[in-house]
Amino acid sequence: MLSTLAIQALTGLASASSLFLVASGLSVIFGVTRVVNFAHGSLCMLGAYLGWSVLSRLPHDPASFAAGVVMASLGVALFGAALEATLLRRLYRAPALLQLLATFAVLLVMQDGVQHIWGPADLPLPRGVWLRSFVPLLGERFPFYDLILIAIGPLVLLALWMVMARTRFGVLLRAATENRDMLSALGVDERFLFTAVFALGAGLAGLGGALSLPENSANLGIDLRVVTDAFVVVVVGGMGSIAGAYLAAVLVGVMQAMGILLLPKASLVLVFVLMALVLVLRPQGVLGQKQTQENDGERFHRVRAAPPWQRIAGLAVVLLALAVGLAGGDFARSVLEEMAIAVLFAASLHVLLGPGGMISFGHAAWFGIGAYAVALTTSTLAAPLPLALLAGVLAAGAVAAIVGLVLVRLSGVSLAMLTLAFAQIAWAVATQWSEVTGGDDGILGIWPPSGLGARLFFLLCLCLSVGGVLLLRRALFAPFGYALRASRDAASRAAASGIDGAKLRLAAFALAGAAAGLAGGLSTFSKGSVFPGSLAIFRSVDALAMVLLGGVQSMVGPVVGALAYTGLFDTLLLASDYWRALLGITLLALILWRPQGLVK
Amino acid sequence: MSLNRRTLLATTGAALTAGALRPAFAAAAAPIRIGEINSYTAIPAFTLPYRKGMELAVAQINADGGVLGRPLELLVRDDAGKPDDTLRLAAELVGEQKVDVLAGGYLSNVGLALSDFALQNKRLFVAGEPLTDALVWQKGNRYTYRLRPSTYMQALMLVEEAAKLPAKTWATVAPNYEYGTSTVKWFKQLLLARRPDVKFVADQLPPLGKIDAGAVVAAIEQAKPQAIFNVTFGADLTNFVRQGNTRGLFDGRAVVSVLSGEPEYLEALGDEAPSDWIVTGYPVVGVTDKANTDFIAAYKAKFNEAPKMGSVVGYSLIKSIAAGIAKSKSTDQDAMAAGFAGAHFATPFGDAMWRAQDHQSTLGTYVGRTALKDGHGVMVNWRYVDGASALPSDDMVKTLRPAG
Repeated sequence: MLSTLAIQALTGLASASSLFLVASGLSVIFGVTRVVNFAHGSLCMLGAYLGWSVLSRLPHDPASFAAGVVMASLGVALFGAALEATLLRRLYRAPALLQLLATFAVLLVMQDGVQHIWGPADLPLPRGVWLRSFVPLLGERFPFYDLILIAIGPLVLLALWMVMARTRFGVLLRAATENRDMLSALGVDERFLFTAVFALGAGLAGLGGALSLPENSANLGIDLRVVTDAFVVVVVGGMGSIAGAYLAAVLVGVMQAMGILLLPKASLVLVFVLMALVLVLRPQGVLGQKQTQENDGERFHRVRAAPPWQRIAGLAVVLLALAVGLAGGDFARSVLEEMAIAVLFAASLHVLLGPGGMISFGHAAWFGIGAYAVALTTSTLAAPLPLALLAGVLAAGAVAAIVGLVLVRLSGVSLAMLTLAFAQIAWAVATQWSEVTGGDDGILGIWPPSGLGARLFFLLCLCLSVGGVLLLRRALFAPFGYALRASRDAASRAAASGIDGAKLRLAAFALAGAAAGLAGGLSTFSKGSVFPGSLAIFRSVDALAMVLLGGVQSMVGPVVGALAYTGLFDTLLLASDYWRALLGITLLALILWRPQGLVK
Repeated sequence: MSLNRRTLLATTGAALTAGALRPAFAAAAAPIRIGEINSYTAIPAFTLPYRKGMELAVAQINADGGVLGRPLELLVRDDAGKPDDTLRLAAELVGEQKVDVLAGGYLSNVGLALSDFALQNKRLFVAGEPLTDALVWQKGNRYTYRLRPSTYMQALMLVEEAAKLPAKTWATVAPNYEYGTSTVKWFKQLLLARRPDVKFVADQLPPLGKIDAGAVVAAIEQAKPQAIFNVTFGADLTNFVRQGNTRGLFDGRAVVSVLSGEPEYLEALGDEAPSDWIVTGYPVVGVTDKANTDFIAAYKAKFNEAPKMGSVVGYSLIKSIAAGIAKSKSTDQDAMAAGFAGAHFATPFGDAMWRAQDHQSTLGTYVGRTALKDGHGVMVNWRYVDGASALPSDDMVKTLRPAG
């Protein structure tokens, strides 16, 4: 048994090295530029494809392999530099989250781009004899290549440490990680530094991708698989800390390998539990430095009520939806229901992002909990529709309030990452606890009672969505909302005037959670089913995209954003095979055109 | 390249124009629209040949005068492997495009979602590839038909061979979703019925598309089974086989593996394809009977490449729909839901039919062993197993299918 555990731990160490290469790149980029690079997994994928193109043309000996891997890595570094210089550079002064959205758009474009160039089929790299060889170890055959991977992790760590400690570039990097504004005040050219850092991070991701080729074919799923794991590693290790990233990669890699041996059914959830624990106990990560509280340039204006023309326009939109929904066919209704649900979902996130001043990367958690609560009460308890919807609202609100107790102690990126960790735990539970949730098969057949009729359900959906948004608006213009904003803009002055900021933020979490839960519950009935996808990271990014696209400065923003985003999505999905690329390009164009959102 | 939708529609359109010149079509015969949804971007290795198979069948049927004097028209949608998106696309195809028949599906969970949509909206749904038994049994409904041999049928075909092996301890590895869990469940149940002395010593359920192959192989090795039952496919299978080869997992062990003899999965393994695994699949280079060779020749003439298993499924799917409509003499949804039952159709593997008792087709598959020939995996010692011979008795089907 002991030798089995040792073999498993070594296997974990090998995957830890690949993980470290990708995560260290993400960490370096974040440390210096504060960009949460969602496209980092795509850079890794690009490395794998470039590596495949180069390596499958070279002879199969170790020296050619090394040369090919370095070439692929340099190629990705160049691509990263170009990406920074042409796109991200324009966004450093925009609201912080917009960069996340921009990198998400890049991810979409790269998915289609890579598929266009290399085709959709998996590309396995033919392995030379030395890549198939093994060494006898503890009575087992252990892959020789895994030993190489195990060695590469520490070697790259050492190389990075040398760069950081011994070169001027490294000194500048560390200085920028600690205090960016001071560095530029001292006359250091930020632009070159940022481009170089992005190239370095991208090169590391590309290296990780190319090195994974002997064990994983180059395929179009790499980007998503890698990016969530890399987030976990960076957060656990500490944002910006390279040694921390190595430590965390080892922890995650070994834990995953052990999980497969000992708890094969719960392997997905383990890493996210680790991430949540670390964030709760040590928000800056194991080896991370406490961030100096920086004002990242975000300026909030006083929120004003919508002017009359916007109210009239809003009423007109609702009336139009009503007319089209009642007169139109089933498909028109299902599109309108989806839009109504998206509007409520986006508005609920806005409560946190705007007035609450809290970034959430995991808003899908509340949506999904509401959706599953509705499905479970309907399928197992045969609850009537109103009670089921109520159960969805209460379940999402209650869990949000409980988790909120921990969340409100944090702020900034740590808070965002903890919401992500929680959403991922909920997603992993929905995926792996198949006895209750049906796993990937979801829960089916949750249609509204046949007595209700499609038109009446549409009416209900529209009323609850519009009513929900108006209630949220009411709360934000009540003393509660003013106090919440006061505490966001001037925490100490608000506290001095007797405002308990943490309690208000907790209430905001519960409120937003409950509203998102209602949206989720409606979506279950509208689609007749619920799947783990409703809790997945992409659902959260969808919500962020809607709010940021519309603008966080007013309540109208998320509503317009939700309509624009779902409209775009539906049109492009049907219009072209390259809908992902088109969606990404449109998002980028909108971001560059209106960095503050469609509604100012 | 005729991979994207516009080319597909254009070729379909061209076929229609050519067909319209024939006297067989009434002047204004409205096409019969088939709305097809599949995971084109998520599972391209299977679905792209599948799409070509459909194109070939549509072109052939329209050249022969269509169905009920009307040409077939194919509308194709990509669900990216997400069941939520599938439902949105189904609503669009039914509501906006007014398709007469819904078809498609690859992943079992997507297939089940579509089947539930079909029941709710009283629309005919013909599933091609989704293999879960729930589709025709536990959750079967009168509007859903399914073409390929199910997890039960594939497991039964393989158990016939597995029971002959001396192995007494088995390990299983399967993707963690309906198809994987259901295949493992049947394999265990059916093997234990024939071989009560057999024990299962390890079960690995890696998430689909995310196998951590080294750790999974090491965990199976640790259980020291005498034989392994594999259900993974695609990229997961490639990674699993590579780690298994290097770590010697397959040395001296019998391996029984579902679908691994299909060209789309076997070819990806290159010269690392395993030898002597017992598999289900499609020996495309070995078949010599007329139905198969005619199909292969027509496919090669149109696409300049050899067909894969997906091509056979896509081709047979369209043929089975055409036969069902012809027998129903109408495209009314309820008429088709009742009329498809009992319809016979020609496939590259020979004649098959839609069973009335559970809406499963009798299309079978090949069982054989893998071998390495000129640096490529091939199937040898194969035989065709008719689907009708791999299904339980009608009484058992009645207890398995509450919908009747």
